[in-house]
Amino acid sequence: MISFYINSSLVEIDSSYGTQTVLEFLRENRGLTGTKEGCASGDCGACTVVVVEANSEGDLVYNAINSCITFVGALQGKHLVSVEHLAERDRLHPVQQAMVDCHGSQCGFCTPGFVMSMYSLYQLDKKPEHDEIDEYLAGNLCRCTGYKPIITAMHKACEDRTTAPQSNIDRESIKTQLEDLRCNTSEEKTTNNYLHPNSAAELAQLLATHTEARINAGSTDLALEYTQNLRSFETLIGVQHVPELQVLEDNTDHLRIGAAVTYSRSYDLIKTFFSELASMMLRLGSRQIRNQGTFGGNIANASPIGDTPPVLIALQSELILQSTNGTRSLPIEEFFIDYRKTALRQGEFIREIIVPKLRPAAHLKVYKVSKRLDDDISAVLMAAKITLENGLIKTVRIACGGMAATPKRARNCELAMTGKPLNAQTVAAAQIALDKDFQPIDDVRASAQYRLTVAKNLLTRLRLELTEPNAMTQVSQLA
Amino acid sequence: MHNRHLSNTSPLNHIGAEKTHDSAELHVSGKARYVDDIPQPSDTLFAYVGQSECASGEITSMNLDAVRAAEGVIDIITSEDIPGHLDIGPVFPGDPLLVDSKVSHFGQAIFAVLATSQRAARQAARLAKVEYKPQIPVLTITDAMNRSHFVRPRHRMQRGDAEKVITSAPILIEREFSIGGQEHFYLEGQVALAQPQDDDGVQVYTSTQHPTEVQKLVAEVLGISFNKVVIVTRRMGGGFGGKETQAAPWACIAALFAVRNNCAVKLRLARREDMSMTGKRHPFLARYRVACKENGELLGVEHSLAGNCGHSPDLSDAIVDRAMFHSDNAYFMPHAQVTGYRCKTHQVSHTAFRGFGGPKGIIAMESAMDDIARAVRCDPLDVRKTNLYGNDDRNLTHYDQQVRHFTVPEIIDRLEQTSNYRERRASCKAFNDSNPILKKGLALTPVKFGISFTVTHLNQAGALLLIYTDGSIHLNHGGTEMGQGLYTKVAQIVADVFGVSTDTIRISAAQTDKVPNTSPTAASSGTDLNGMAAFNAAQELKSRLKTFVSEHFSVGRKSIEFANNHVSVGDKIMTFAEVSQLAYMNRIQLSAAGYYKTPDIHYDRETASGRPFFYYANGAACTEMLVDTLTGETRCLRADILHDVGRSINPAIDKGQIEGGFIQGLGWLTSEELRWDDNGRLLSDSPATYKIPAISDTPPVFNVDLLENSPNAEATVFHSKAVGEPPLMLGISGWCAIRDAVAAIADYKISPDLDAPATPENIMRAIHALDSAA
Repeated sequence: MISFYINSSLVEIDSSYGTQTVLEFLRENRGLTGTKEGCASGDCGACTVVVVEANSEGDLVYNAINSCITFVGALQGKHLVSVEHLAERDRLHPVQQAMVDCHGSQCGFCTPGFVMSMYSLYQLDKKPEHDEIDEYLAGNLCRCTGYKPIITAMHKACEDRTTAPQSNIDRESIKTQLEDLRCNTSEEKTTNNYLHPNSAAELAQLLATHTEARINAGSTDLALEYTQNLRSFETLIGVQHVPELQVLEDNTDHLRIGAAVTYSRSYDLIKTFFSELASMMLRLGSRQIRNQGTFGGNIANASPIGDTPPVLIALQSELILQSTNGTRSLPIEEFFIDYRKTALRQGEFIREIIVPKLRPAAHLKVYKVSKRLDDDISAVLMAAKITLENGLIKTVRIACGGMAATPKRARNCELAMTGKPLNAQTVAAAQIALDKDFQPIDDVRASAQYRLTVAKNLLTRLRLELTEPNAMTQVSQLA
Repeated sequence: MHNRHLSNTSPLNHIGAEKTHDSAELHVSGKARYVDDIPQPSDTLFAYVGQSECASGEITSMNLDAVRAAEGVIDIITSEDIPGHLDIGPVFPGDPLLVDSKVSHFGQAIFAVLATSQRAARQAARLAKVEYKPQIPVLTITDAMNRSHFVRPRHRMQRGDAEKVITSAPILIEREFSIGGQEHFYLEGQVALAQPQDDDGVQVYTSTQHPTEVQKLVAEVLGISFNKVVIVTRRMGGGFGGKETQAAPWACIAALFAVRNNCAVKLRLARREDMSMTGKRHPFLARYRVACKENGELLGVEHSLAGNCGHSPDLSDAIVDRAMFHSDNAYFMPHAQVTGYRCKTHQVSHTAFRGFGGPKGIIAMESAMDDIARAVRCDPLDVRKTNLYGNDDRNLTHYDQQVRHFTVPEIIDRLEQTSNYRERRASCKAFNDSNPILKKGLALTPVKFGISFTVTHLNQAGALLLIYTDGSIHLNHGGTEMGQGLYTKVAQIVADVFGVSTDTIRISAAQTDKVPNTSPTAASSGTDLNGMAAFNAAQELKSRLKTFVSEHFSVGRKSIEFANNHVSVGDKIMTFAEVSQLAYMNRIQLSAAGYYKTPDIHYDRETASGRPFFYYANGAACTEMLVDTLTGETRCLRADILHDVGRSINPAIDKGQIEGGFIQGLGWLTSEELRWDDNGRLLSDSPATYKIPAISDTPPVFNVDLLENSPNAEATVFHSKAVGEPPLMLGISGWCAIRDAVAAIADYKISPDLDAPATPENIMRAIHALDSAA
């Protein structure tokens, strides 16, 4: 049995529904056709719904997600709000009314998704800055309006907040409903198709016995196998309720990040210690993706174009892996063996990531280059940790994504820089060394030539930013 | 009967009112029904198509056993199962509904399968075992040009002797550059729901800009008369030209399955199939030779515009023609020779897309303007101003149409002021002088866009207007609503005629059994044509009511006024409902069909001369772009637009078209890149690999204004101007600004070789070429 709320109605369904998508369930089983399918790959946001859950402090969190790439099983214990639930009888929600008043819809097909993303931003109870609006709405594509009236509508809805009527979706009753779900479903936790382990030990046990099962963390990539390759899953193991995988800890010299911690949840902590990584994360997928996607998923997926692995490699992170045989730790760069091939053994999972903090005099630089600024997969991602001492490069670790079959360190480049002054001459030598480190490929995103040129040029950017702090080096500095 | 005076109620000013989209409240609440949202009959089955995995060749064997055996499969059709026409080419043949033996593009439909769910049908469609005898495909314009591989013959427009002028010119500029195509990326993919009727007919709900053509093709595929097919289109989740001809195949397949199996059938393409099976904006290769004087004034121009049409003609003849018509943009070419090529490649058949060829002609000319400016060391805006068409002389196009009521000079002058063009040029230069990595570019470019279908017979429309005895009005016309606000505008027009509020008017779906033989909602003509047809219907009904009231109450027609939901008859005032009821009781017909055809247009393609366009829509944009010379990344910093929509029927809707069109044009020329592999397979086949603008691509400063006090000099509906396509070409200013920023690297002395779209990679290539040349 899977239990959750849709629009304040309790839904209790057989676990066999667990491996279909939330979008299919809403449209086909519940007749809630306000939520649209635009791409079924989490790229357009037309299917956006809001999932409400309580955080560790007991406060409600309103997360916009892509229902097209979320499995129904992952709704266990949560409260889903779809566009049909926002208006109270004939009275539109303030974000809906603002969209009407500002001419924010033309064809209207993307509109329900926008409204839901706007609704999630509206819950923050503040007047958002322009970049916050971009951040919350970058995962919603509109082909008609050029976005201007939507931005205006978001401002208007929040500015009018004092006079606008309160939302009909009563927070206290949602809290009660979520609490009821938590209490009533704690005993009956296992289902055949969608398993919900409650501890790392249980997860290890399930993986040992269900060798065919796939781990489902945020499903932002896994679900594409279902929606694009049309593959059906017999069994999924959801890891959201495993406390060890939800660890988020600031220790003296390192951070502990549980493998199932989402980007959104970890953002504030990461921003405190690794602001460059945090800035990059705002361009990693969209708000909807970051509300679901996890560090563990990004690593285990082992894509050569995953954005966090190069950064974690540059930062000398360690992975804690676990199975029924116990735990072991592994430097993250040893995790990636070949194209989509990892050091993960049968029955083993990533439990957490240990990220050492930067020492004084160490700098982290993270550069993501893609065709579009928002929600785009990198052509090249470069991360560099560099320690300067007396004008010389004491240590440097550089790793790239999009440049090889795996996220990979640029060891020749590092060698060319270590012990040298950070100047144009050193960078020129490092650029030549990059040819030995990487033989990238041509693909739909960029040519090998472009990738290599840009990777080299990013070393120039690195030098300028560390030696000429006033230099203008990135287009985002001005817009 | 009331004894109130009309002046007691507030006046209803419909024309020029910023009324919200008629479906806005339905959109935001998720209630607006698109085809996939219509509650489907319980017997509905789901169709999907099997795709070829070869761009060019013969099918040597097709084994569908595994498809047939797959779970949930009910029926399969191949080309042999089509009772009527196999070819559904809209103008010329070349588009088989299902391939019979010869495959002409990768991903072409070769069979279709019907199953109990969409997922089952999709899964089954992938199980076919098909073998091909492949041939080497033609995949590029250059290859097609070298082999004279065309879907239609070359065409030329000519005026004076450009060749002669060019050979003796003081300054000659030559360039060749490629212009990418564009995926429509309407958010709602192609979809059709077909329901068989009890008389061998079929009703199809579909998302199309051209219900009449879908009706015709469904009937021809089924081998039945047109009157047995009804097409219903209430709204589309975006069209942009991509549902003009490309919606038909899915409706035909759904209808065929529905009739064969006597059940409702839905066919909805998933995004990947939608992107790989439907045509796009034509990629072009533009070549020009431009001769000018030392002051930059044009002497002669030779344009060669080669469009990649894909495997079949589709609408390509008219599309390449429109590129040719617009290769002057806003500039007078004393001598001109414009040649258009329709290249045949083994790609999906490229099709209509907002601008319909026009953008490619315009970008070629705007590129030439910038080249001239760099050659004569002038500000590009001055070169543009020097070459603008005049109103009294220098006003003949290369197809002999006189440019009249030309508002571009006024628009440019105003925009130059409001955008602070001159100061900002200076500040861009100062910025560039002090920043080695980042470069700013600025460009102010105009648009002159011809309004009318260049295929003259399409310039007609019909409307049906019904008044019920409670005074409520049912409005129907041949235009389709794809988000552009057509239905809202037409309702405003009708409301204005009757002096009633727009909520009196129910807007209904375009439906082929209400208004027959309609033209596609395309060519920006929706309001011009359908608005006028509805206006004519409303005028006829109003006149009929006036005559009745005049006779009934024995008052002169001049003392009868329709306003504020009332009718005043001499000193009496009745509600519109009361008049409707009274008219009915007195046996007055309360319905009318309206009709309109655009006057005064003619074009002789043999001589390539005439007046193909009723008038021109004009505008200009000033755009500032920032370029990172290390990576080629760009940002749009600011855009200022002034656009002429004549007397605006709805300024809010018009501005929405302008803003959206500009961003769509900027996307076409920056981040949107179509990529095919060497086998002709589309690589950019999902939003993960094909990047339309997202929210932060909207410039932080974005000023959009309508040209004031500028009613259309031609007798269009309320003297408004068409607005659908023209603003897309305002985005060209962004591409020119990027080129300007790149040119800064070599002190504006060399005109960069920049292909469109200006992706980071193409920009880096241009920078590299510039570095090598400098």
